[in-house]
Amino acid sequence: MTDALLDIRGLTMDFGGLRAVDGVSLQLFPGEIVALIGPNGAGKTTLFNCITGVYRPTGGEIRVNPPKQSGRRIDGLPPHRITTLGLARTFQNIRLFNGMTALENVMLGRHCRTTTGLFGAIVPGPAARRQEQETIAASFALLEGVGLAQYADEVAGNLPYGAQRRLEIARALATTPSLLLLDEPAAGMNPQETRELDDLIVRIRDEQQVAILLIEHDMRLVMNISERIHVLEYGKLIASGTPLAIRNDPKVIEAYLGEECHA
Amino acid sequence: MQTLTRHLLHAGGLALWFMLLALPLLAVRVDTLHNVVEWRWGHLMWVGVGTFVLALLWRGLAAWRQRPTLEPGPLALTLGRLLDEPHLYRPALATVLVSALIFPWLVDTYQSSIVGLALIFVVLGLGLNITVGLAGLLDLGYIAFFAVGAYCYALLNVRFGLGFWPCLPLGGLAGAACGLLLGFPILRLRGDYLAIVTLGFGSIARIVFENWEEVTGGAQGIAGVARPGLFGLEMGLEGVTIYLYYLLLLLVAVTVFATRRLQHSRIGRAWVALREDEIACAAMGVDVARTKLSAYAFGAFWAGLVGVIFAARNTYINPNSFTFTESALVLSIVVLGGMGSLVGVVLAALVLVLLPEYLRAVAEYRMLVFGAVMVLMMILRPQGLIIARRKRYRAGAAA
Repeated sequence: MTDALLDIRGLTMDFGGLRAVDGVSLQLFPGEIVALIGPNGAGKTTLFNCITGVYRPTGGEIRVNPPKQSGRRIDGLPPHRITTLGLARTFQNIRLFNGMTALENVMLGRHCRTTTGLFGAIVPGPAARRQEQETIAASFALLEGVGLAQYADEVAGNLPYGAQRRLEIARALATTPSLLLLDEPAAGMNPQETRELDDLIVRIRDEQQVAILLIEHDMRLVMNISERIHVLEYGKLIASGTPLAIRNDPKVIEAYLGEECHA
Repeated sequence: MQTLTRHLLHAGGLALWFMLLALPLLAVRVDTLHNVVEWRWGHLMWVGVGTFVLALLWRGLAAWRQRPTLEPGPLALTLGRLLDEPHLYRPALATVLVSALIFPWLVDTYQSSIVGLALIFVVLGLGLNITVGLAGLLDLGYIAFFAVGAYCYALLNVRFGLGFWPCLPLGGLAGAACGLLLGFPILRLRGDYLAIVTLGFGSIARIVFENWEEVTGGAQGIAGVARPGLFGLEMGLEGVTIYLYYLLLLLVAVTVFATRRLQHSRIGRAWVALREDEIACAAMGVDVARTKLSAYAFGAFWAGLVGVIFAARNTYINPNSFTFTESALVLSIVVLGGMGSLVGVVLAALVLVLLPEYLRAVAEYRMLVFGAVMVLMMILRPQGLIIARRKRYRAGAAA
């Protein structure tokens, strides 16, 4: 399948004697919402870290085929190169730039799409000024998109928890990705906030034409919005399919979902 | 009331303990001539009283620091408001500028000379503020870049007869190049390791200058460095001092202008983001290696630049001007001023350089007072004199 946006084949990640990810192969197509579920310690975040270049995988390969660009292998590339190729992520434990304002956090996301250098910053020409204006405008728009416009000048570390999660999404979107990786976006949110997150994720996919791969434990959210689900256990993919198929898969029920979800 | 009793008891206990410790040293004196033991209770009493007062003071300060409200003090509030509102800070800035401009005509050469020295450290502080304050990369050997700039001018001038003005940018570039040189091997290091390597770099630079005698003149240094000229004008010592004062003032202005612009630009934001969270920074598409190198190089650039002026000012340099003490002083300026705050760094540089100078009146106690001021400062206001504030952006407004 060469038209896959993200194509992972036989991905393996060893930490010493521990095999955290074991021969995982999966594909993601443009505009899809795909969930990655599994028990704690199954290797979901490790898989994310391999895809985004935090770790260098010990085996297998990862390729991306961003639109209008030729596909290329990304395993082993440094994280910023991978982001430039159109993959953006959020973190399980929120990693905002706490001392910077919400707006500045989003503006930082524009870094890899802008070019102003040292000299251009000190003595900005018309092009540099225009670029800065565009960065400000685009960042405001993204903040509005996730409903954080009123927090623009607030220091990120002071934002309420749910707002910090949404700010991370806005910051990731500022890199204009074709694939957005969300690591437990609903963690720590109340049911009301989680329901709003459903809409937000679907809206982001529709408006920005971005595929979404998310790790999540909130099954209501996962079953509601994902088109396909991959289940990971002990680093291995044990099932892949539609929400309906996954819900009824005996292996998944045993490993992760438990009986009550089956009913 | 109860806490006061506890404080008093604690201080009293501490005083007794110190008296006991000091007993054999301070109280007992064996007079070997007359074979008698002399008891000096007076000394012991002073130890007790001193310890008691200091302990009370210490506990009082600690309690005050832990007061529940973290409201900024009145001074910080005033300064903060001053920096926020254009109609307040513009006149203030103008006043400072005008007083700085007429300053050398009001005082004697000695005064303009030591303020000139303070201005050198202002530039150094502002330069290191880029590396440490903005990008969060510790550098304990910063003075090496200053030395590189100074030696660059001294050597080019004495050996090849190059003038001050062509050497000024060369010194800056040499500093920046050394910044890159230091940056490459330490890209992956953090925290303690970074401290050790930069400390080593600073020492190596000084040792090279001290031992490479054929080139640098070794410990004797280089004498007869030319002062900067002004269209071939002849100036006496007084004239040169004032001229250098203005030159340094101009350099401070340029440094402030450049850092201010950079701070709120694409590069400056990347520096601050790097300080806040390196992993997130890389994940947002920032080339961490490049950003670190640019922070080291740009910080070092200013040190090189002002190093040239330093050499021209002193007309003589030797490795003793570039020891770890100077690196530590510059770092203190940045920490005391408030990481990333330009106004804070400028103030701290003036205080830390001028205070020991003006304290010469109390000669042997000046370093003691200096140390006490630093300790008090860190207890009362660990964030530094002025806390750096983030810029507010308006959609559609000029950047």
